[in-house]
Amino acid sequence: MGVTQKLGNLGVVTTTLDTAINWARNGAMWPLLFGLACCAIEYMSTQASSYDLSRFGMELNRATPRQADLIIVSGRVTRKMAPVVRQLYDQMASPKWVISMGDCASCGGVYNNYAVVQGVDEIIPVDVYVAGCPPRPEQLLHGILTLQEKIYGETIKDWA
Amino acid sequence: MAIQIPDSEAQEFKWEGSLDELKGLVSERAMTGETMLLNMGPHHPSTHGVLRLLLELDGEEIVTCMPDIGFLHTGIEKNIESKTYEKAVTLTDRMDYLSPISNNMAFCLAVEKLTDLDVPARAQLIRVTCLELQRLSSHLVWLGTHAIDLGAMSVFLYCFREREKILEMLEMLSGQRMMGSYFRPGGVWRDITPDFLPTLRAFLDIIPAKIDDYEALLTRNPLWIDRTQGIGVVEPEVALAWGLSGPTLRGSGVNWDIRKAMPYSGYEQFEFNVPLGEHGDVYDRFYCRILEMRETVKILEQAYARLLKEPAGIFRSNNRKFVPPPRAELGQSMEAVIHHFKLWTEGFSAPDEEVFVSIESPRGEISCYLHGTGGTKPRRVHFKTPSFIHIGALPVMTNGHLIADLVAIIGSIDCVLGDCDR
Repeated sequence: MGVTQKLGNLGVVTTTLDTAINWARNGAMWPLLFGLACCAIEYMSTQASSYDLSRFGMELNRATPRQADLIIVSGRVTRKMAPVVRQLYDQMASPKWVISMGDCASCGGVYNNYAVVQGVDEIIPVDVYVAGCPPRPEQLLHGILTLQEKIYGETIKDWA
Repeated sequence: MAIQIPDSEAQEFKWEGSLDELKGLVSERAMTGETMLLNMGPHHPSTHGVLRLLLELDGEEIVTCMPDIGFLHTGIEKNIESKTYEKAVTLTDRMDYLSPISNNMAFCLAVEKLTDLDVPARAQLIRVTCLELQRLSSHLVWLGTHAIDLGAMSVFLYCFREREKILEMLEMLSGQRMMGSYFRPGGVWRDITPDFLPTLRAFLDIIPAKIDDYEALLTRNPLWIDRTQGIGVVEPEVALAWGLSGPTLRGSGVNWDIRKAMPYSGYEQFEFNVPLGEHGDVYDRFYCRILEMRETVKILEQAYARLLKEPAGIFRSNNRKFVPPPRAELGQSMEAVIHHFKLWTEGFSAPDEEVFVSIESPRGEISCYLHGTGGTKPRRVHFKTPSFIHIGALPVMTNGHLIADLVAIIGSIDCVLGDCDR
């Protein structure tokens, strides 16, 4: 009675293909090992002991964009760096997502001047903006969870 | 066979320059194709930021190494020209983002020298405490990333565990983990909180054993020694000629520490040694920084003992022409309201003179050149930063070494590209 019967019932799970694929994409998202400025240090903190990003299936940073699903633009994007960021984004395979981490990447932050691109969304499409200068690791984690929620709302047709 | 993607937005990337542009920069052998030109960065996990290196390789050996900087040029110096002196402190935080407090210190010191503003002794003591905490946190990031570059993964996790504790303390003081802008002209923003000293005590109790742990992982590790000893040697004369500073210079055995040579903020009242290397290689620079961490703990112990005698008190100059009055005074004194209004709308004026100050940051010498206008904004601010100079000297250290050693050498000069490009 009870347990064995219930275990037997769990042998088959019915779900939609979208949910299953989104679950897999969420649980094993590989970020690009990429940092620009101050926010990259907080991104490192997020991955390190105290905050442990791997709880969300993100411990595997890939240094090559070909193997990455997510680019976290962490820091100010300068005019000299902008073509490089764009090229990195182009080299990533679909499906791919972008988190703009920090004020500088989101809107230029305190630097409204000749050198800084006023928001990375001028060159690549951004899914989640994380505010802060630099954002706390908790804020970045919140941004990542927001992105995961967003991915659950997607269908595979979006990337077809 | 190349993958053909019809009807896609993929573009062909072509190098638009010609090899002639590199004449004089690379050896003649590169022109004939005998040596290989290889691009490293600006997106590379081991360049510690957005540094680009153009390498000329003979097999695995580096013939020439050409750093290409400016990928993080933010125009901070230009931005400061349109800010009042107090507001500009916020921008200086974001140059060398591993030791924002050192940048604050260099700038505040310059402003104080320009306006002849006094800093109370207790404020200087708080400053030294923060500076040394920041030095420790900066060295922890350096150690973690340097070790991860050479394949020792776990050191990174240990280092960041302790760094979090330092950031918590800095957050207690300034309300922000990294970019606190805690130092202001004339002292610090606010007094230390009641929690700060017990937390500092608890931290000082554990940190020496933690440094022992890092040393146990690396100092006598044969793999570590093989990768670092005899690599990237800089002779003392060469180091001085290239203007190296900080642990990168002291690794070569040159006894030059601005905290000792030109004391600022009351460093002359603290007892500490300046660790020196002998050979000027990657290992000596590594070991200098490890020893420096221990000296930092020594300074922190002395600062703690002195702060304990006076846990609350003066933390900023009382000169109302430069320092805004405390909030409580605003309801009682008309003069305080006027000062508050003037300082926060217009700022204070500094004379049309130029000053130059240097401090010892975790990376080396940060100098600030400041030229006032007689008004409330500076005419020109320039920072002479250690990373810029160290990256310039990179070819001296790398040429003739293997490409795998390049990663160790970049780690050992502890460059921060925000510091370099500003």
